[in-house]
Amino acid sequence: MTSKAEIAVEKFLEKTDSEAASFFEACVHCGICAEACQFHLATGDPKYTPTYKLRPMERAYKREKAPFSSLKKMLGLAPKPVTEEELIEWGPLVYDSCNMCARCTLVCPMGIDIAGTISKMRAGYEAAGLAPEGLERSVEFVKKTTSPMGVTIKALSAQIKHQEKATGLKIEVDKQGADYMCTFSSSEIMGYPEVLGAYAKLFDRAGVSWTISSVAYEATNVGVQIGSASLAKEIVTRVVESAEALGVKAVISPECGHAYGAIRFAGPNLMGRQYKFEVVHIIEVIDQLRREGKLPAGKKDARKMTLHDPCQIVRRGGLLKEPRRLLDDSCSNFTEMKYAGKANFCCGGGGGVSANERAEELRTEAFSLKVDQLNGVDGLEAVVVPCANCRSVFEDGLDAYEMDLEVLGLAELVAETLAEPDEKQG
Amino acid sequence: MSFLNFVEGPLFTFAAAVFVLAALWRLIGIIRIGRTKDISPPKGSAAVGFIKGNLRHFIPRGIFAKRTMVHLVGGYGFHLGLFVLVFFGVYHIDFLNERILGFSWPALPRWAFLLTSAIAFSGLIMLWVRRISDPVMRLISDKDDHIGSWLTFLVMLSGCFALEQAHDSLRATHMLLVDIWLIYFPFSRLMHGFTFFLSRGQSGATYGRKGIDL
Repeated sequence: MTSKAEIAVEKFLEKTDSEAASFFEACVHCGICAEACQFHLATGDPKYTPTYKLRPMERAYKREKAPFSSLKKMLGLAPKPVTEEELIEWGPLVYDSCNMCARCTLVCPMGIDIAGTISKMRAGYEAAGLAPEGLERSVEFVKKTTSPMGVTIKALSAQIKHQEKATGLKIEVDKQGADYMCTFSSSEIMGYPEVLGAYAKLFDRAGVSWTISSVAYEATNVGVQIGSASLAKEIVTRVVESAEALGVKAVISPECGHAYGAIRFAGPNLMGRQYKFEVVHIIEVIDQLRREGKLPAGKKDARKMTLHDPCQIVRRGGLLKEPRRLLDDSCSNFTEMKYAGKANFCCGGGGGVSANERAEELRTEAFSLKVDQLNGVDGLEAVVVPCANCRSVFEDGLDAYEMDLEVLGLAELVAETLAEPDEKQG
Repeated sequence: MSFLNFVEGPLFTFAAAVFVLAALWRLIGIIRIGRTKDISPPKGSAAVGFIKGNLRHFIPRGIFAKRTMVHLVGGYGFHLGLFVLVFFGVYHIDFLNERILGFSWPALPRWAFLLTSAIAFSGLIMLWVRRISDPVMRLISDKDDHIGSWLTFLVMLSGCFALEQAHDSLRATHMLLVDIWLIYFPFSRLMHGFTFFLSRGQSGATYGRKGIDL
């Protein structure tokens, strides 16, 4: 019988392409990456050094696949085999204390993409059945309902009705030939359903058509978070087939971090083909419609606000200027926090950490850095968080640190500050 | 054949051959592993990302500069210092001219060579002291890191002793250590001197294709 360690190592080796190999070969153990890691900075514990988190996969590569590995094995100079006990011990480093934020890549003199390599390493853990329970539970929910929180179409329909009533606008489901098919994260649907109303308002004003698929409304890709390519493919395929059946021009990825990368960049590779539609992020769409003059800005919100940069949207998604342009248009007192932009700290819950109950205490500790950033903005009244997952982590974190601060989504803020049809642009 | 002739002759030729062939073998071995072609529609150029990734990581980002000052000063001091010593030291130029290249170039004046040596030594010592004193570096370092540091240190130290050309034995010791260093290099983490461009380039290409400058 194949042991869990053997299964994991086999997957590690399969996932070690020339990119990961070059990372393992170039790391000089300088430890600079620790100076960028939120978990190391919050706890001071050296075990959270990003490159250290990769150690079992690096060992497997150096023992079995690296140039000269056979020679070194023959001479007794190869690293020891990876054991199941070691993999279990490393589990919290791979899942609980890496939000795949890539802040460490910014500082690494070798440019090593530790976030991307952790993702490959998780594939080995998942294959060996060593992924954390919290994430496995999300997988079960996805298999039953398509949503990691178990959100059904019935629940979504109820939220749609509420938002139609609140806005007076029709939200169409399964509309053929719409311009956009919008996807959402479960936490948006259940926690921040106003976003549905915001989309309705924005698209109505811009004069573009949109729809929600009754079978592919969920954007969250637990497969990507946990490291399961087959599940990730299943989730992407559902969205792609629905969008192609509806004949939409583009699929909109919501204010959710990893969902954008999952469908925009990983998706075609998982499916082995390109899509018949475009994939765009909601922030890109709103920004473009605004620049085309279809979403004129009205009276600005006067509260003092700052912006959180979700890692997967900004650092790993490249959408740095767009949210800032929109915020500048919507808020008269927008102030950047320390480390704003590419080097911003994660909320602490990215990369599946928020779905991992085992990581709760550590996540709250990591949020202390975000608290410092927020406290660094004098008189702050609200923080704009354009990612539903970050948003719920923020709400938990602010509660834990007893901070009273409003947390807003970007689409909602833009919708609320739109110019009235007869109003002059603000 | 004297010991000096041996370490500067056949042993050096052997060590240099091992250095070149094994380093090439290792680099080609890494590249040959290959990677799956990315078929997602690109938002930027992977080739430009490869180059940008290589250049970008030469310059430390300002926000991290204070926290990484020891590495920054030690790292640049040591690496630049060593490069200058190896390629602009008068005896090195003479050796390369006579044994390998057949041409020479202007050397550093003695005072500049000594100053550069001091910078390179200080950098190397700073990095090694950090390696044994900083909890993060202590945790992640292994034998190879220490052997590489010490071997390089001994090569540099023996080079200083041989500087006056007072005894053949000092020059022979330096050359022996250089030969050992050349043989050790391609099998060790010292290879980062070549692998860095692959690492920076690959992540630069991956992100560059997505339109991201990381």
